[in-house]
Amino acid sequence: MSDNTYNVPTMAEMAAKGESPEILFWVGCAGSYDDRYKNVTRAFVKILNVVGVSFAVLGPEETCTGDPARRAGNEFLFQMQAVSNIQVLNGYKVKKVVTACPHCFNTLKNEYPALGGNYEVIHHSTFLQQLINQGKVSLKGGGEFKGRKITYHDSCYLGRANNIYEAPREVLEALDAELVEMKRCKTKGFCCGAGGGQMFKDAEPGNKEVNVERTEEALSTGADTIAVGCPFCMTMMSDGVKNKEKEADVKVKDLAELIAEGLGEK
Amino acid sequence: MEYIGQIAFVIVLGTAIFVLFKRIKRIKSNINLGKDVDIKNNTSERWKNTFLIAFGQKKMFKRPIPAFLHLLIYVGFLVINLEVLEFVLDGLSGQHRIFAPFLGGIYPVLMNIFEFLAVAVLFSCTAFLIRRNIIKVKRFHSREMTSWPKLDANLILVIEIVLMLAILTMNAADQLLQQLNPEHYTATGSLFFSSFLIPLFEGMNTTSLIFIERAAWWFHIVGILAFAVYVTYSKHLHIFMAFPNTYYSTLTPKGQMKNMDAVTNEVNMMLGIQPEGGTPPPAPEEIGRFGAKDINDLTWKNLMDSYACTECGRCTSECPANQTGKLLSPRKIMMDTRDRVEEVGKSLAGGGKGLEDGKTLLHDFITKEEINACTSCQACVEACPVSIDPLDIIYQLKRYVAMEESGSPASWNSMFQNIETNFAPWKFAPTDRFKWADNLKKEEA
Ligand code: SF4
Ligand code: SF4
Repeated sequence: MSDNTYNVPTMAEMAAKGESPEILFWVGCAGSYDDRYKNVTRAFVKILNVVGVSFAVLGPEETCTGDPARRAGNEFLFQMQAVSNIQVLNGYKVKKVVTACPHCFNTLKNEYPALGGNYEVIHHSTFLQQLINQGKVSLKGGGEFKGRKITYHDSCYLGRANNIYEAPREVLEALDAELVEMKRCKTKGFCCGAGGGQMFKDAEPGNKEVNVERTEEALSTGADTIAVGCPFCMTMMSDGVKNKEKEADVKVKDLAELIAEGLGEK
Repeated sequence: MEYIGQIAFVIVLGTAIFVLFKRIKRIKSNINLGKDVDIKNNTSERWKNTFLIAFGQKKMFKRPIPAFLHLLIYVGFLVINLEVLEFVLDGLSGQHRIFAPFLGGIYPVLMNIFEFLAVAVLFSCTAFLIRRNIIKVKRFHSREMTSWPKLDANLILVIEIVLMLAILTMNAADQLLQQLNPEHYTATGSLFFSSFLIPLFEGMNTTSLIFIERAAWWFHIVGILAFAVYVTYSKHLHIFMAFPNTYYSTLTPKGQMKNMDAVTNEVNMMLGIQPEGGTPPPAPEEIGRFGAKDINDLTWKNLMDSYACTECGRCTSECPANQTGKLLSPRKIMMDTRDRVEEVGKSLAGGGKGLEDGKTLLHDFITKEEINACTSCQACVEACPVSIDPLDIIYQLKRYVAMEESGSPASWNSMFQNIETNFAPWKFAPTDRFKWADNLKKEEA
């Protein structure tokens, strides 16, 4: 690891040096394995590097929070996951966690305390908003985004689940783009279709796919970028755009990717 | 003969109170079929919600037009009940307009306000009938809106219209009688809205007018008492249940699922973890089933929710599964729960088999296909104007399917297996988890 490459320290490495980072970046399973979302993970790490935030990841020690199991009804498996994760986190005396996945965010923040895991948990949209407000991220004049239309798709587990509606929008406004809202937004935001474990099974019989319905709504805003803040929404909206054969004109991007681009990191 | 009216009234009122009392007792014991949960914390927050959401109708105003129409009926209901009090006292004492002498000049003003509200209720109910039956607003016509729920909704509106017409008729006849027999019929001055009906009755003799006035009076009060009993069988019960239901609604973030402490005990024992403070886990109470198969596995709050449901369908109209043609409808979840509770309660009261009748909420009322379509998006919880949580019931049914029946969809079972063996919901090697950083660490910053 030289000084001019990106730094991705693990908790174990830091602990070995007797250090402890300010934040733990919880990557999540999608952020670790999903080809598309790995790019978001890297974009976020780049931002952390550029801003000089003291952070670490668990690396190979991270495991699933248990959220999909819990939502699908397997409470036992969820708690097994949760309890062993909490042992690791408490072992490192973690205080503050940032994650780019709203499902991990919700579980770590709201559901781990009942099992003995108490941390300050922040979603990356809020974290990015804080960096922008503190002036630590200054975007280069917004040249690239100026005049372009971006629409934001609310993730259920950020929005309704945790009342985070403004942070992602403020992040997008910092890009100097024109934020156009879908009719069903904020508290009325329409799900992408992947929550509740749907990501891991085929949809039940119906007359339409949820993600196609939502993508049509997003496309009708005329935006050329659909911004998301969730790995499942990313998959569903990207598939929706493909289904509508619009992938040449409309991009689905995570907030972290957009900010990294705005910083000139690609 | 003098007291015959009073005696008849006491009998009518007594019967209504008796039947109502029995119904309330039944509903209370039905709700208590649910599991006990302790919901007492944070009283100030709870009162605030009750005030804003139940009294203040806050969530109704997400849809302004029906909210306005509903508000007229709601205020009408609250205020016109004051008049019902006078009706009851008149009926018991054999007097006519017992409040008039006490209130003097205010009485006519009050009567005009009541009449205004009666007309407002008439207007709203008519508008609602048109929305339901002529414009056919979509959410009133989905699958679970079978003949009874549809009839129930229309009946409520028609009954309210007829009751309001009775008040206006009574006041119109009364105004004419005031001129003919000022001794008995206390002057109310001109009443604005009922005056329009006077031409219908002008020229009638005193006997006919007295008959019309009395008939309208009896019709209104008997109608109201009968309606009160009817309400307990109807979705209209929300006029009472909305209040306790909002009071006891969840205060934690919508995304937070309730922890199953029975499972925590088992997990801790398996992993040999001492709970904090070193105290051994409390002796496991009767664990019962994991998750819910029938209504007695749900909590009393879930069952109260089902009695508070207005069947408005706002939840269903925002449910992504339902809107894309899946079987799931959160409104149906609530209606099924209530139907099952009523069925079991009725059977138990008649010494029947109750829960042991061979049917269960899961499978016989709510199918796996329905609950498997849920995306846990909480749109239903957000939409509900009386703070009902259909998702909480769905979660508990899913838990039963997963943990007691091992009946989850095959792809979920593989997801479970992946988490157990690879610590991720997909089949990737745990050793590859950190690979995303490999190139990044070499990249020039
Ligand atoms: S949580 Fe489930 S039932 Fe409720 S609106 Fe979302 S998909 Fe429908
Ligand atoms: S659960 Fe709430 S939103 Fe749904 S039908 Fe009942 S009252 Fe309406």
